[in-house]
Amino acid sequence: MTEPILLEVREVSRSFGKFQALRQVSLKIRTGRLCALIGPNGAGKTTFYNVVSGRYRPTGGRVFFEGQDITHAPAHRRVEMGLLRSFQITNIFPALTVLENVLVPLVVQHGKSFACLGSIARRRDMAEEAEQILSRVGLTGQSHRVVSTLAYGDKRLIEIAIVLARRPRLVLLDEPTAGMNPEETDRMIRLIRELSERSETTFFITEHDMKVVFSVAERIFVLNQGSLLADGTPEEIRANPEVKRAYLGGSLDAAGR
Amino acid sequence: MRFRARGDVVPVLLILLALIAAPFFLSIYGLIVLTEILTMSLFALSFNLLFGYTGLLSFGQAGFFGAGAYFAVLTLIHGPGSLWAALAAAVIGSAVLAAVIGWLCVRLDEIYFAILTLGFGMMLFTIAHNWRSVTGGSDGLGNFTLPGLNLFGHDISLFHPVSFYFLVLLIAALGALLLWRVVGSPFGLLLRGTRENSLRVSFVGANVRAVRLFAFILAGALAGLAGALFAFFNRIASPEMLHWSFSGKAVLMTILGGSGVFLGPAAGAAIFFVLEHVITAYTTNWMIFLGAILVVLVLAFPGGVLGSLLDRLTRGRKGPPA
Repeated sequence: MTEPILLEVREVSRSFGKFQALRQVSLKIRTGRLCALIGPNGAGKTTFYNVVSGRYRPTGGRVFFEGQDITHAPAHRRVEMGLLRSFQITNIFPALTVLENVLVPLVVQHGKSFACLGSIARRRDMAEEAEQILSRVGLTGQSHRVVSTLAYGDKRLIEIAIVLARRPRLVLLDEPTAGMNPEETDRMIRLIRELSERSETTFFITEHDMKVVFSVAERIFVLNQGSLLADGTPEEIRANPEVKRAYLGGSLDAAGR
Repeated sequence: MRFRARGDVVPVLLILLALIAAPFFLSIYGLIVLTEILTMSLFALSFNLLFGYTGLLSFGQAGFFGAGAYFAVLTLIHGPGSLWAALAAAVIGSAVLAAVIGWLCVRLDEIYFAILTLGFGMMLFTIAHNWRSVTGGSDGLGNFTLPGLNLFGHDISLFHPVSFYFLVLLIAALGALLLWRVVGSPFGLLLRGTRENSLRVSFVGANVRAVRLFAFILAGALAGLAGALFAFFNRIASPEMLHWSFSGKAVLMTILGGSGVFLGPAAGAAIFFVLEHVITAYTTNWMIFLGAILVVLVLAFPGGVLGSLLDRLTRGRKGPPA
């Protein structure tokens, strides 16, 4: 496989006081391949995302995005380069309408962050673009509802729509199905798979639900106690004795649900 | 929808017409109270750009209000004796001051931001209070003459309450119009987004600090403009105008009227000053009564008086909110 490398993480470490959350983790994500990051609770998955997305600085190692060193770039610079993320706990704009939630990233996308005199209501182009994005994630006809009144599953879809509005190259999805009922989970998985196949966007997800991971991921990375334990296709991961010992075999319940 | 960036245009035009007609049916005393209300409305509206729209509680807004007053009066005393030059000095001076102070304050939010603005407000107060040679110390700066306005070859004296009222109305209305355009703009949406979830805003690629700083500068500039009007109105720029308790007035008026409605702070200013004038006519213990009435109002109208009334009205018209 010779797709270009989108994200490269080189020996990244992160500690909080004496606690080592990440220990020299190295991995590469190639364009167009849906990858997943798994590991037991506390393995360092979210810390890893925070380091890659610019929320935390690593205490060691480097992060490259499309060949550029972004180790010290602030979060908003990484977004400009096309690196977006979602959060484990839904992170949207609760008191704004569905449409406004998607307009916020579009304002930035169109370079209008400091346009302070023209009316946003007159920007038909942005509103239409927002509607298109909303229909891509399956949220139509609710544009003028305040987001806090939506069902939980729909709120998580809003976050996907917010992320897509920035036309990302790579999206880190932190447990996109967390807290969802089976129906909502199915809908989310179908959406991620569809977006991954049809768009220019590469997805990298963390997930608790092993069923989800093994059904969507083309490549799986396993974190355990801050270190990368394994890296391979779903079949390889399933057959890996170390992974079985650390994770799948021993405490499937803690890992699955 | 709680936050209305765009209210209905008709009621706003009716209010404006009533304000233009006010000198024809109000007494001079009433007109003076209304002038003060308009000035404080502009101050409270500038505060609410930060509080209601950006989610930043500033306890230092009076610092820019008072600085604007001093910049304007100093321009009249030492610089050109032109009204417009004095107003421009107030706007530009407070904007620059807000840029410097804001640059440090917007690094933090919530209570930390409030404390930083409080601290800077106290520093500005001390400068105004102690730098006697420039600011006149605790006496303030009162020895200036208000220049007249030259309109179409006619000299208009601003010492007349009616002409001064129209000047304040014009400037307050323009200031409010500017703020209205700002909150309804793409930038205004980013402000509300930042209020709701600043983390998400930075993770869609906006520089949250820069967004907040720009709001801080706009709010500071308009507070300075209001402060200049207030100094003209009282014929003095005094250190109390920069005191943190004066910042507290902006907070109070805004919450009283409703931070979630564009004109809420103006309604709050009106209620506050009418109450103050009515009660002080009867008793010297007016703070007890004013305090009690404010407590009742805040309890009865949790979204602010104007906010709650508009909520009730729209609910009646459109059914319960979805």
